[in-house]
Amino acid sequence: MKVAARLGLILIMSLVLAACARDTRDDTDTQPPTPTPPPSVDVDTDRVDPNDFADSRNLDNPQSLLSQREIYFDFDRSDVQARFVPVIEAHAAYMRANPSARVLLEGHADERGSREYNLGLGERRGNSVQDLTRAGGAGSNQLEVVSYGEERPVCRQSSDNCWERNRRVEIVYTAR
Amino acid sequence: MSLQEKLILFLDMTANKFSLILCSLLLAGSVQAQLQIEIIDGIEGALPIAVVPFAVQAGNEPPDTEIASVIAADLQRSGLFDPMAVENMIDRPQRPPEVRFGTWRLLNVDYVAMGRIVTAPDGVNTEIEYHLVSVHDRRTLFSRAIPAAPGEYRLRAHQIADAIYEELTGIPGAFATRMAYVKVRNAGTGNEQFELIVADSDGFNPQTIVRHSEPILSPNWSPDGRRLAYVSFATGKSNIVIQDIFTGQREVISAERGINGAPSFSPDGRYLAMSLSRTGNSEIWLRDLSTGRMQQLTNHWGIDTEPAWSPDSREVLFTSDRAGRPQIYRVRPDGSNLERVTQEGRYNSRVSVDPLSGQLAMVHGDGTLFRIAILDRETMRLRVLSPGRMDESPSFAPNGSMVLYATREGERGVLSAVSADGRFRQRLVLTDGDVREPAWSPRIQ
Repeated sequence: MKVAARLGLILIMSLVLAACARDTRDDTDTQPPTPTPPPSVDVDTDRVDPNDFADSRNLDNPQSLLSQREIYFDFDRSDVQARFVPVIEAHAAYMRANPSARVLLEGHADERGSREYNLGLGERRGNSVQDLTRAGGAGSNQLEVVSYGEERPVCRQSSDNCWERNRRVEIVYTAR
Repeated sequence: MSLQEKLILFLDMTANKFSLILCSLLLAGSVQAQLQIEIIDGIEGALPIAVVPFAVQAGNEPPDTEIASVIAADLQRSGLFDPMAVENMIDRPQRPPEVRFGTWRLLNVDYVAMGRIVTAPDGVNTEIEYHLVSVHDRRTLFSRAIPAAPGEYRLRAHQIADAIYEELTGIPGAFATRMAYVKVRNAGTGNEQFELIVADSDGFNPQTIVRHSEPILSPNWSPDGRRLAYVSFATGKSNIVIQDIFTGQREVISAERGINGAPSFSPDGRYLAMSLSRTGNSEIWLRDLSTGRMQQLTNHWGIDTEPAWSPDSREVLFTSDRAGRPQIYRVRPDGSNLERVTQEGRYNSRVSVDPLSGQLAMVHGDGTLFRIAILDRETMRLRVLSPGRMDESPSFAPNGSMVLYATREGERGVLSAVSADGRFRQRLVLTDGDVREPAWSPRIQ
């Protein structure tokens, strides 16, 4: 229903725009893949072993490392800190056990420094996580890196605390 | 190019401009808020000048623009001139013979600019006559005329300001130019709107070139001032797009795996330099714009990005962290003579090249503060120009007089411009959103 309304709107907009050689709105372009929303049903954690990294229910189980999807980095660094290695290994184990699972590794940087360099830095962070995930047994076809540089901050203040949260790789499951 | 061809090109551009304005009116439905420019630091000893309101000769339509006030505002924004307020002008000459030098001398005015809208010698068209006199020498510095038509008086006023600036400073003016910038609405809400906007150098006449909910960055002008290359995330991933600002025609130039970023036209119009990570790592690539042939310019495990060209198109400057931290390097377009340029400081990136002198402005960081600095080519020392904490995206004016850059006021993105000697600064603010990623256009011929 919503989709139909949206398509209708898009159609009307296209007709309006067709009159002009110039297209100033391209909201109709493909939207980026969005993270799969967690299922609305509560996970019955009593019956799930949080260390069973093959079990997709653990992706939403706060007790499991699989529920952790953010890897944080130091300023201008892209090496994975030791504390995040178990998280990445858990996701690698999941992907190995679930060959149809697909993951987008979104690399981000804090706002300091220049935007294009930060795009490179975000990608390098994504590549670090990708390398470890592959080493843990995930297939190359299951992983893709995309860098947003400093363009998609989760926190807008100019403070150390905020910058720490923005220097991250987000592990986004596009298929479980 | 023959005169006839030039004329046809001119008419063609005018027609395109008209359709562009029509379409933006249809699409926007409301007037785009324009940048407000405020002068922060003035220069002691700015030249006192009077720009007398332009008269209209009988039989001619009054112009749609206050020509003299556009000229005076331009000159004042340059930091080098101190235009007299119109209400203090006790005399309003229209031509040099009418100038009473003694009066202006008493008013401490060194130069008087004046002019009028007259019928052209063909008896049909309209033109603007304009003159500049030196009060001390009691001498006319120039008397000229340019054709004018409704809708182009602002551009003509900027061109007259350019002529006055050049006559009195020896440097071509940069008022008849444009700037591109990215405006972000609802920043940080998850409901952002990114717009790439082109406006006159004084902030007037803002036109939205492209609008999207995904990031737009790194606009870069083609040397003819007709096209912009930029990075769009419209597909969810970075793409490089070239767009004609008059027709709106768009072409995706690069949509490779990984990063497609940092487009930069060579001044001779032959190449587009860019940073691509299709090999798995960011490298500088050149695209031959006539053949489409791609050529990889760098090959190193470091991040190589943000290419910029020397004015003669014989050198590409770029950012690389191959030595551990980002620094500026240079290389010839054939890949030879690669060498490091900056030696001082922990973080130097995003170089902009002065199109006239070739001097370099860049983002210079010590880990805490990121500011705009100019590299002194003789001493090889960096001279910090900006006072902010997070200044970025420097862009030289086409005459090298000012550097436009992005800065922050609290959580808000604003633009600033600073004179290349650091003595004079202005602030460019939007009332309804953040501004960033400024790019100053080449001179409009």
